[in-house]
Amino acid sequence: MRFFVFMRLKVNGDTIEVAKDASVRELLEKLGIEPAGVAVEVNLSIVKKSEYVNVRLNEGDTVEIVNFVGGG
Amino acid sequence: MEDKLVIKGIEFRSRLWVGTGKYKDFEETAKAIEASGADVVTVSVRRVNITDRKSENLLDYIDPGKYKILPNTAGCYNVEDALRYARLAREAGISDLVKLEVIGDERTLFPDTLGLLKATEILAREGFTVFPYTNDDPIMARRLEDAGAAAVMPLGAPIGSGLGIRNPYNIRIIIETAVKVPVIVDAGVGTASDAAIAMELGCDAVLINSGIAGARDPVAMASAMKHAVIAGRLACLAGRISKKLYATASSPFEGMI
Repeated sequence: MRFFVFMRLKVNGDTIEVAKDASVRELLEKLGIEPAGVAVEVNLSIVKKSEYVNVRLNEGDTVEIVNFVGGG
Repeated sequence: MEDKLVIKGIEFRSRLWVGTGKYKDFEETAKAIEASGADVVTVSVRRVNITDRKSENLLDYIDPGKYKILPNTAGCYNVEDALRYARLAREAGISDLVKLEVIGDERTLFPDTLGLLKATEILAREGFTVFPYTNDDPIMARRLEDAGAAAVMPLGAPIGSGLGIRNPYNIRIIIETAVKVPVIVDAGVGTASDAAIAMELGCDAVLINSGIAGARDPVAMASAMKHAVIAGRLACLAGRISKKLYATASSPFEGMI
């Protein structure tokens, strides 16, 4: 039997659980968010799109995922 | 010679720029933008809703291949926030244009020009094409140009107020003597005549959101604004008659019986 280890992150103000050591890419996949047209910030640092697969998240990280909505 | 709007080597199809806020739904937004003939469309940067994953997105209705997307830093009240939002907007990978807003007051939404100037300088240095939303102070307009702004965007009146061009004299001064970069009125346009007036003053373009989205019939108003901007521009280039206190007859005196 395999045990999956989880960690807690703050994503867009909500606390969620993801697999330990998940990458930004994996987080987006879990949330059903396409990387195109979004921008991601981890602990106030913007993550380059090309780095989504490489950047690993840690317990307690604060993540912001933004996109474009209507505005003036 | 064609009268084309060109900013930093970018050619714009239309001198009417439109916002995407305050519409009833995405469909209405898309129809209004189509009717406006606009080329530039502004958007805001906000959190993806991760708990309610609607399948629809604004950019499903507004094709970034067809329109020039201009992200704004709306809601930012200090330099740090504005920089953060601008950098995030660029990282989304669609545009490195930014309509820079550093707001100074919640009720008027007037710009904090000192913060705006600082943010303009930093973002211009980072290679952004910066369009600062500013006030009608010609000196501030000049400072923003010196700081690297691609154009200046003086407000006509408070955002969403529909009051039109409250200080046409300053807008004219900005255009005629203060700056060499394009001048694009942003905020306050309430109806077609306001847009025409802005263009007659010599503006290079007008940005309108509330004036269209808040109209009783936004699609019809979008079309009205399109024509108003064209008419105002043509009138500006045609050279109006001067204003006189007294009459000069249009019909000849000679040949009267």
